[in-house]
Amino acid sequence: MEDRLLADKKNNPLAEKLFKSGTLIFASLIIMLFIWMVLVLFFESRMSIQKFGFQFLTSTDWNPVKGHFGALPFIFGTVVSSFIAIAIATPISIGAALFLTELAPKWLKAPIAFLIELLAAIPSILFGLWGLFVFVPFVREWLETPLMSILGWLPLFSGAPIGIGMLSAGILLAIMIIPIITALSRDVIESVPTLQKEGILALGATQWETIWRVVLPIARPGILGAVILGLGRALGETMAVTMVIGNRPEIKASLFAPAHSMAAVIANEFTEAVEDIYLSSLIEIGLLLFLVTFVLNALARMLIWSLTRGQGVEGRL
Amino acid sequence: MKPSRLAYRKWMNLMMRSVVILFTFLALIPLVSIIGYIVYKGYGAINWDFFTQLPKPVGEAGGGVGNAIVGTGILVGIASVIGIPIGIMSAVFLNEYSRKGMLSSIVRFVVDIMLGIPSIVIGIFAYLEFVRPFGNFSALSGGLALGIMMIPIVVRATEEILRLVPDSIREGAYALGISKAKTIMRIVIPYATKGIVTGIMIGVARVAGETAPLLLTAFGNHFWSKKLTEPIASLPAQIFDYAKSPYEDWITKAWGAALVLIFFVLSLNILARIFTKKRYKNVA
Repeated sequence: MEDRLLADKKNNPLAEKLFKSGTLIFASLIIMLFIWMVLVLFFESRMSIQKFGFQFLTSTDWNPVKGHFGALPFIFGTVVSSFIAIAIATPISIGAALFLTELAPKWLKAPIAFLIELLAAIPSILFGLWGLFVFVPFVREWLETPLMSILGWLPLFSGAPIGIGMLSAGILLAIMIIPIITALSRDVIESVPTLQKEGILALGATQWETIWRVVLPIARPGILGAVILGLGRALGETMAVTMVIGNRPEIKASLFAPAHSMAAVIANEFTEAVEDIYLSSLIEIGLLLFLVTFVLNALARMLIWSLTRGQGVEGRL
Repeated sequence: MKPSRLAYRKWMNLMMRSVVILFTFLALIPLVSIIGYIVYKGYGAINWDFFTQLPKPVGEAGGGVGNAIVGTGILVGIASVIGIPIGIMSAVFLNEYSRKGMLSSIVRFVVDIMLGIPSIVIGIFAYLEFVRPFGNFSALSGGLALGIMMIPIVVRATEEILRLVPDSIREGAYALGISKAKTIMRIVIPYATKGIVTGIMIGVARVAGETAPLLLTAFGNHFWSKKLTEPIASLPAQIFDYAKSPYEDWITKAWGAALVLIFFVLSLNILARIFTKKRYKNVA
């Protein structure tokens, strides 16, 4: 190959320019596509924004027949299920990340990291299928029924344990974001300087004390970034949630009750929305999702980037 | 230090180590359960008809999801035609022409943000711009939506790989009088091919399982699609439809389709993994 390259040494300046501007055009295309998306979302939700204003966020009345659209039940469902997910996924992910960086014997690290990556590769619809037929019955029998008999006097755990509802959606989301938080936390923890760890170990600290007093404090901003990124994923997750959350636009105190989510309502109702205002309201929900995930992503990347600068960590998402 | 304190510290150490191991174990249970159940419930649905036949109406036994398998292939094909060239060319721009420029910083930022946009939002965009103006759902609009999702994945992966190509290789080419574009096309990219292919495989695997944007664009079809401007069936959308249905036969088909999909997605990921392993050996 080298011979041929050298043989036609005649470099064509036009081809050079074309190639260079080609890459430039494609790169700019990404920016334009992004701006296009933002503009379309704003423009198409204008009708709903103008008609309902701020009430859109605070009203619980979602009534396509009467033309009233309030997104609070969906916002509530999305926020609560995502926070259940974060509350469960964070400790488990940090635990798994610590195992992968500090505790696991060398021969075990790669296979376990690989398996966790595989979990991230499973499509959302398959989490939904498994969730509906395997996980929901499990939650009903082994989580909700005992919870109700012990803590049923709390509004949080009241009502019939039907399995389909907020709790199942939250835990399923937790399972889906564990690989993301684990992978990022692992990279952040790995970037903690060895010298610091050796220092405290030399003073006689146990392994856990090293982790607790040195590793975790240094890695904290990055882990926070990983958790925020996980939260962003949970907020926008559609298929798995819509299959297990129950799709009922109600706000109930009980975690056992069916609920709804922003992404799920778009998936379920978008193609049925015939009136303009109905469609526009659904698009406004999409716009809200977009804006929130935008802010969370920007924030998370800043936090992670500040710790692992130049290590190419971002690429593994 | 008092011995009791030391005992407590040792106990704490042991305790927390166990907790960490327990958490790792917890993180892996769902993976085993999901793959296990899909294989266990899905393999019964798999036969020759399953791959080649159209879905049969409720009540009739047999039939398959041939149109959904072909549909997923077509959708992923359209997505690749859009996502791969835009992704690779942009990555070349980022790493070869403008590593530190203002424009590249913006592109990198936008790519990061696009990775985090919920797929349903991309579905809305594709519906408004590619479905509504033409008046009907289509394979093309679905492929475009998936293509948009693929772009940032391919950019990220390719840029990271190009970064691993040592500068000495580029300098060597320049020293021989080979121009920049030719160096990139004939030396840098071939050197990085394995890594780029890996990135593409991950991107393909990711979009092949996407469902939400397809509900708003490709929609689904119970027959073979003859044109790209018609609605088209896909495995994920079919799984969603069948799983929601009350019919035992359809639910079994959903598990069968899930088995096909997970086999495809995980194979791509495992292959990519094998490629990457070799790549790191080469570079190191």
